[in-house]
Amino acid sequence: MSNNHTKPLLEVRNLHVSVGDNKILEGLSLSVHLGEVHAIMGPNGSGKSTLTNVLAGRPGYAITAGEVTYEGVNLFGLLSDERARRGIFLAFQYPVELPGIRNREFLRTAVDAVREHRGEKKIAIRDFNKMLEEKAKAMDFDPDLMKRSVNEGFSGGEKKRNEILQLSVLDPKLALLDETDSGLDIDALKIVSAGVNQFRGPDKAVVLVTHYQRILNYITPDYVHVLIDGRIVRSGTRDLALELESQGYEWLREPAETAGS
Amino acid sequence: MTQAIASHDRYLADFKNLSPEGPSWLQRLRASAIDRFQELGFPTARRGNEPWKYTNVGPIAEREFAYALGGPARVNVDDLRAIAPWDDSWDTLVFVNGRHAPALSSRLEAPRQRVSSLASALESDADLIEGHLAQHASFEDDAFIALNTAFLHDGAFVYVPDGHSIPATVHLLYVSTDGAAPSVSYPRTLIVAGANSRATVIESYVSVGSARSFTNAVTEIVVEDGAQVQHHRLLLESVESFHIGNTRVYLEKDSSFSSVSFAAGAAIGRNDFRVLLDAPGASCSLNGLYVTTGTQHIDNNMNIDHAKPHTTSRLYYKGILDGKSKAVFGGLVLVRPGADKTDSYQQDKNLVLSDEAEVDSKPSLEIYADDVKCGHGATAGAVAEDAIFYMRSRGLDEETANNLLIQGFASEILDTIQIEPLRVDLERRAMAALLRHSDVARAGRQPAPTEGSP
Repeated sequence: MSNNHTKPLLEVRNLHVSVGDNKILEGLSLSVHLGEVHAIMGPNGSGKSTLTNVLAGRPGYAITAGEVTYEGVNLFGLLSDERARRGIFLAFQYPVELPGIRNREFLRTAVDAVREHRGEKKIAIRDFNKMLEEKAKAMDFDPDLMKRSVNEGFSGGEKKRNEILQLSVLDPKLALLDETDSGLDIDALKIVSAGVNQFRGPDKAVVLVTHYQRILNYITPDYVHVLIDGRIVRSGTRDLALELESQGYEWLREPAETAGS
Repeated sequence: MTQAIASHDRYLADFKNLSPEGPSWLQRLRASAIDRFQELGFPTARRGNEPWKYTNVGPIAEREFAYALGGPARVNVDDLRAIAPWDDSWDTLVFVNGRHAPALSSRLEAPRQRVSSLASALESDADLIEGHLAQHASFEDDAFIALNTAFLHDGAFVYVPDGHSIPATVHLLYVSTDGAAPSVSYPRTLIVAGANSRATVIESYVSVGSARSFTNAVTEIVVEDGAQVQHHRLLLESVESFHIGNTRVYLEKDSSFSSVSFAAGAAIGRNDFRVLLDAPGASCSLNGLYVTTGTQHIDNNMNIDHAKPHTTSRLYYKGILDGKSKAVFGGLVLVRPGADKTDSYQQDKNLVLSDEAEVDSKPSLEIYADDVKCGHGATAGAVAEDAIFYMRSRGLDEETANNLLIQGFASEILDTIQIEPLRVDLERRAMAALLRHSDVARAGRQPAPTEGSP
């Protein structure tokens, strides 16, 4: 990619993050430009989900060192909802159920929050419903689920599809996908991947966190990074993911840490 | 309690000043009720008095309230539209301090069924009333019912003959107003649904301004074979008022009774609700929402008595608590010997928005039959942090996220209301009640957690 001369959309420098006494991220750096898809792979407990959660502003994490800028602004100076309104979207590994809050109304409230931030008028209900209908159809998303409470009683696959439908409707700049492929059968994986590919574009960026390279068969990344023990130990292209598929993660561990784990 | 004895005397003096109205059986009933009140006195949380363990009515017993049936009536219809749920399609019967106010009420033309004041019905339908009045709300063990019965003069009478239905929603609107001093009133409601009849009733209690009145209400509902009654009880009085409401429901064969209780008013409020399922096929569904803020205390004391086999009950109450308020939920499901095939579930869930609010939730079961299906549950918890983060991650600010979660919590109860304008009105009232003390509540709340770079 020739983007490296432009300013990155997201710049993570030497990020250290702890939860309680546990150090999770220990000096992570990452630059993401518009138009790029970055896959972050790593074994369980390596800090993949922590990275996406910290970027989205989930409470409970202590940032002990490092800095992150988004569109040149200090990300940690923004509340989680401000980040969302400025175009950061986290697709949850475990989407949360919201009893009594209808999916359709929730999504419309979110669309209006983003529009208000951009200085636009609230969306007309008719326009919203039409857009939602089209996008839901493209995702093969059961329209009845729009009338139900958000994620309540949804199957695992329906929840993940709902996340990508939200991505499609809210149309952010930066999509953070946290293990979106986990728990999906092959058909659902194809639908979800198609949704992400639809989202891709020159004015978008994707950071995709996954344990398995399977999803990368459908969403081709520009860069693959391997995260082990809170640090990126290797970066490469799509070929790196295939190498991990055949060889696992152990060969990338530093000797001292291999001995210690 | 010496003060309690002093105000005790006040009630006895009020009783002596009453003019003896009505049929002789009613006069005898009143006399025995005041005697019983004198014997019982106001309840206290003494050992073993489980129904009053968490609710102290001392503040009611210690205060003086002026008894002025009907007066001082300085209320007009515009006032009522502003303070009470209102829809022009409803048959609304208004009562001011316990006395029917015809000028404020809908003009009713319903020849086959009766929706009228109890006082006028006592003249036209005394026999019908005698067969039901005070038959279901026993004052033997309840000082408040005894007091209400002693002062029984007016109220509402709703009667649906066998096989008929009341097409319009009946709204019984009890308004409390203070004069120079806080007032006491004794609203009384009798609803009789004949065999295979249908009725939909809203019973609401409101105050004019910040009245510090005491409302001691008793409602008896009889649902005969195959009849269906939808009942709504709204406690919307001022947050400085006192309200003790006793509702007694008697269900006959294959009858069904559904109720929604909404309680957001009163400094001390009690919804004492008892349903007797006295024949096979009877079923009831009781839903309730209580919203408490400031220093309010709301007590829901529910009692479902499965006396006969093949009876069904569902109870689902929810509370939203803020400030330093307190809520009590006492639920007893009793399955009597022989009441096999009883099917019952009760649950109470609470959303506690403030560290200083408190809920005592005690659902319980007493089962004396073998072949039954019974369950219960109670929960109390704060707003779920992961839900708030999920909503904020979609761009909703914290306040919007909180409000949506609260509305969502309430909707499970309010969505059971089939009268659309009432449901919309109560959704608004639930949120307005929480905003009532929002400045106080916010000051006591933690600021939003924020991350900072080192």
